[in-house]
Amino acid sequence: MSTQTSGMAIETAGLVKTFGETRAVDGVDLSVPAGTVYGVLGPNGAGKTTTVKMLATLLRPDGGEAHVFGHDVVREADEVRGRVSLTGQYASVDEDLTGTENLVLLGRLLGHHKKAARSRAAQLLEAFGLTEAAGKQVKQYSGGMRRRIDIAASILNTPDLLFLDEPTTGLDPRSRNQVWDIVRAVVAQGTTVLLTTQYLDEADQLASRIAVIDRGRVIAEGTKGELKSSVGAGTVHLRLRDPDRRDLAAGLLRRALDAQVQLEHDPVALTARLGAAASDDNAAEQASRALGELARAGITVDNFSLGQPSLDEVFLALTGHDTHDSGHDPHDSGHADGSDHSHDPKDEVAA
Amino acid sequence: MSTATSTESKELAPVSAESLAALLISKERPPRPSAWSTSMTFGWRAILKIKHVPEQLFDVTAFPIMMVLMYTYLFGGALAGSPKEYIQFLLPGILVMSVVMITMYTGVSVNTDIEKGVFDRFRSLPIWRPSTMVGYLLGDALRYTIASAVMLTVGIILGYRPDGGVGGVLAGIALLVLFSFAFSWIWTMFGLMLRTEKSVMGVSMMVIFPLTFLSNVFVDPKTMPGWLQAFVNNSPITHLASAVRGLMGGDWPAAEVAWALGWAGLFVLVFGPITMRLYNRK
Repeated sequence: MSTQTSGMAIETAGLVKTFGETRAVDGVDLSVPAGTVYGVLGPNGAGKTTTVKMLATLLRPDGGEAHVFGHDVVREADEVRGRVSLTGQYASVDEDLTGTENLVLLGRLLGHHKKAARSRAAQLLEAFGLTEAAGKQVKQYSGGMRRRIDIAASILNTPDLLFLDEPTTGLDPRSRNQVWDIVRAVVAQGTTVLLTTQYLDEADQLASRIAVIDRGRVIAEGTKGELKSSVGAGTVHLRLRDPDRRDLAAGLLRRALDAQVQLEHDPVALTARLGAAASDDNAAEQASRALGELARAGITVDNFSLGQPSLDEVFLALTGHDTHDSGHDPHDSGHADGSDHSHDPKDEVAA
Repeated sequence: MSTATSTESKELAPVSAESLAALLISKERPPRPSAWSTSMTFGWRAILKIKHVPEQLFDVTAFPIMMVLMYTYLFGGALAGSPKEYIQFLLPGILVMSVVMITMYTGVSVNTDIEKGVFDRFRSLPIWRPSTMVGYLLGDALRYTIASAVMLTVGIILGYRPDGGVGGVLAGIALLVLFSFAFSWIWTMFGLMLRTEKSVMGVSMMVIFPLTFLSNVFVDPKTMPGWLQAFVNNSPITHLASAVRGLMGGDWPAAEVAWALGWAGLFVLVFGPITMRLYNRK
């Protein structure tokens, strides 16, 4: 009832989940407006997956409350299940069955008649470009295909709320872009999406509001702009031809960009974090100005890139510690942070 | 694997945003399916799995054949004068024993399957909760039926002649499959309760061996010591074996059938709710 009036897809208050001694989720408050993409950003073990599992009625909270479209996730679990879909980190389809069989199976479980389930399955496979693989067992699918069939399974009935738990972890950049396109298409039809991710650029691409969580707590929340201005607009990575000129270059950058400059182990490399004054709009402008200054001083730059702050940098700025010493959440994946090089921020805006 | 994967992703057709949007536009949802319908759908899943991995039928084909041959020729001469005589007594019993033993694979497959991501999806669906487990057991009931057919065929080749005819044999198998379906809830419980496949297997052996061997499957309990008779005569397996033996032999052992069905009901009533409690907490 409160659903329509508040317009909130998800509301949680003081949500807690403990596994033995570990407080995997330690008092999370979230308010997700209906019809938006809400990003939950955090490293492995931060409690993202555990939070999603509680909201999707798969885990019982040990404390606090959570409502999905006004329904309590514990007392009215069935109501909640009728309106949400979940795509987990790992293929949440049956790997022994074919693409078609999976979709028909789930279609039948959602109450479609055999014929309707078959035609819906065929349409979805077509839309997701999986028609050719429809008769193959899912265990033979590539990573990108798995995510597609997974998301297809989640929208057999158009859900009001879709949980996407790290939908692009482990995907190559192309498949990742395709998943983003799918998410945009789903949202365009009015579905609310809760997206968990380890990658700031992913949250940036898709989400309108972002919560950063660490060790089971929300440490920052706001629109993308608010969050970014708290950590600076981005990072400039430079490689110089002559290592002897590095100190000079660092000094110039400090003045020109009002940036914190860090000298890397590599004697020709340095990194400058743009200050709070730089916004998304003028970051590139500032960076090119700095490049001009270096050129005037006769410093040859071999390689230059401007990227968004990485999750590591966001974390450093928000918490003062990096992502690696976060607590352990048995429900989060074992992927090491930054193991996927396609997400290296340096690749984003190469000069 | 990685090379195959990368070639596949290159050939992957693009996602069609328009057809996707057209699919998403419909917000109507079909009415919630009945418990029967979802259970049958999960049963269909079990059959699809057999279709894709037919090797898993090994335990319902080779194992039962081995059981019939082994015990007929091992004990036949000593216990009944000849294997051919003995099989008249043994076959219904060994049928019961083998099928009840096969039920324990249910626990192992539940245990390995439940860890997979697809269970999260099943558990997030608005359906009658036990249907996942019921579906499993329906698929297994098919396996039990296959095992029974295989053993009967071997038995008939070896000289078994059921006096109950086709009707009696079918009634016997139906009772056995029904009992095994009910009995399997013990294994779904262990499958969900124990952490590893190995521990499920270990515990299952501890339960199944004494329960099946300490029965009237091989010999008449009259020669056993009194304390053992007390156990054997009241064991559900003894009641079931007597009932199946009677039905296949052309009698109508009403009391034994009632006992077997009573035990079956008890198993479902006790272990069904425990299984579902564990399933909901997993």
